[in-house]
Amino acid sequence: MDRFSWCDGSLFPDEQLVEQQGGVAVYDGHDKTPFISGFLMLTTHRLLWRDQKNRNCVISLPLSIILGLDEQPSGFTKSAKIVAHLQSPSPGQPPGPVTHSAHSFIRLSFRELGQQEFFRSLKEEVKKKRWESQTQQSGSSSASGSGSSNSQGLLPRQRPGIVGIERSIQAKNKETNKNISQAFQDLKNLMEKAKDMVNLSKTIATKIKEKQGDITEDETVRFKSYLLSMGISNPVTRETHGEGDKYYSELARQLATLLTKPIEETGGMMTLTDVYCRVNRARGMELLSPEDLLHACELMEFLRLPIRLRTFDSGVSVLQAQSQNEEEVVSETCAIVEKQGNLTSEQLSQLLGLSVVLAKERLLMAEKMGGVCRDETVEGLNFYPNRFLTEA
Amino acid sequence: MSRRPAGIAAIKNKSLAQAKYKDKGSAIADSQFAQMGKQMEMFKGNLEDFATKHRDDIRKDPEFRLQFQEMCASIGVDPLASSKGFWAEMLGVGDFYYELGIQIVEVCMATSKRNGGLISIEELRRKVEASRGRNSQAISIDDLLRAIKKLKILGNGFSVHKVGGSFLVQSVPGELTLDHTVVLQQAQEKGNVTKSDLVNLLSWEEERARRALDFMVKEGLAWVDHQSGNEHSFWFPSLIPDFSNSLN
Repeated sequence: MDRFSWCDGSLFPDEQLVEQQGGVAVYDGHDKTPFISGFLMLTTHRLLWRDQKNRNCVISLPLSIILGLDEQPSGFTKSAKIVAHLQSPSPGQPPGPVTHSAHSFIRLSFRELGQQEFFRSLKEEVKKKRWESQTQQSGSSSASGSGSSNSQGLLPRQRPGIVGIERSIQAKNKETNKNISQAFQDLKNLMEKAKDMVNLSKTIATKIKEKQGDITEDETVRFKSYLLSMGISNPVTRETHGEGDKYYSELARQLATLLTKPIEETGGMMTLTDVYCRVNRARGMELLSPEDLLHACELMEFLRLPIRLRTFDSGVSVLQAQSQNEEEVVSETCAIVEKQGNLTSEQLSQLLGLSVVLAKERLLMAEKMGGVCRDETVEGLNFYPNRFLTEA
Repeated sequence: MSRRPAGIAAIKNKSLAQAKYKDKGSAIADSQFAQMGKQMEMFKGNLEDFATKHRDDIRKDPEFRLQFQEMCASIGVDPLASSKGFWAEMLGVGDFYYELGIQIVEVCMATSKRNGGLISIEELRRKVEASRGRNSQAISIDDLLRAIKKLKILGNGFSVHKVGGSFLVQSVPGELTLDHTVVLQQAQEKGNVTKSDLVNLLSWEEERARRALDFMVKEGLAWVDHQSGNEHSFWFPSLIPDFSNSLN
């Protein structure tokens, strides 16, 4: 353990990330250390361990001092471990978490699996000795099997059969891991590789969906992912459309384009709070304030858009699809009453799959227009076709 | 020389080999899947970090912003990651409470199928915190209430009710809820329904059942029967079976 030194987690210029794995604990010989849960990264030069909570806490171990490697398979209550036997500490090494240790080996405990993969890569890197000279082509099998116990001297050429398949899968994974960590090194890199990363993220998500049905158990995260996928490419902002009326009317138009379909799908109505959430998710980081949203919605009627703002007496505000035009609704309601003979609001709500409040409202509206008549009894409110008008 | 037909041992060997191939195959598939999961976690962590650190830069570039959003969408990462700074705390300014508002409504929308748009503030807090990702600060109940207050201008569709010492958030208003219709369906057979019927048969929360029934009594759609044993039952006049016909 005294061979470890503190570092800032950044890589040397010619150093490359090979493999990484979360949920790894470091043991000093047989003893536990405070480094319980972290990300273990294997590079061409070093082993890096980063604390999962405090990401500034990083320790490193040069691969060059690893004398040999062993595996300890997982037991009933134990995680699989890798044992690394180390050279005695060299004088003048940078400061580390422990100044003196009784053990000359460390153990890495893989609590979230991945031990086999890691062991294979680690063994290979120790063997390749890429830290010695970067110009050396990878894996030109330097003869000295540097102590790795059961090394088979595998050449990186394509092998047929199962081992070959495993190798190529492994190589591909390694490549992907490398690509991801390179792209996310800084913002500039990510912007350059954005397109590839978008595709990669989609591939990963699709594959995971194939296997377990969805990317996550969490219903909110699933819903979030759905809402985000409805992104708008050019959100109307004050910067693009200026202040005042022009901004609001453009905003209203954009809202109408975005929302008309979802509103019709949810039965022709959506509360403004739901609208607020949907719109902002589609806009991503370009937030819209509740005030601006309300103002834009108020303009919808004036602009003759297919959705309108509507406020109920209870103070509930919704956006409503224009297909629910008053006259059409009234004649539709009258037709249903005619067909059924008589109707209460509960019955209408069941027939149309509407809320009871809205069903009642429809009937009252139809009554106001003279389409139906009420029969008000102690059993409740019932509506009949208006024969006073039709049969007089 | 003609080939000897395969004996039993050969067949056994063959099927053994096949079983082994199959095992190996599923082992490879499993490890491949574990790798995918790992890459997904890598993506997630990286995206969360970038959303926190480079927010303004990402916003500046429209093309990249969309790409970033696409990545967030496929991995399920929240791109909104403002932290509650000093000014947000003191004056409620800045994006923090607006973002929180969006996240709150999102949780409510996502769970409304299950809970009918009623959620306790404690559950809401837990879910919001979980969906904000690992870089999130702790969110307090007070934060939630402040964020919800900012939504007030959008109408009464989203409201907070005090229940005992805690709060209940209602995200589906009476105008849009289908709970009442479901109650009616439930009552169709017997003409009446009790609160525990709804709780047991529909696995509703008790509060949800109580609210739905209270509303229907208030609207004159349901009558209460105080004499039906240990629990009140609710009758719906429009559903009461027509006994006059069956007598004839």
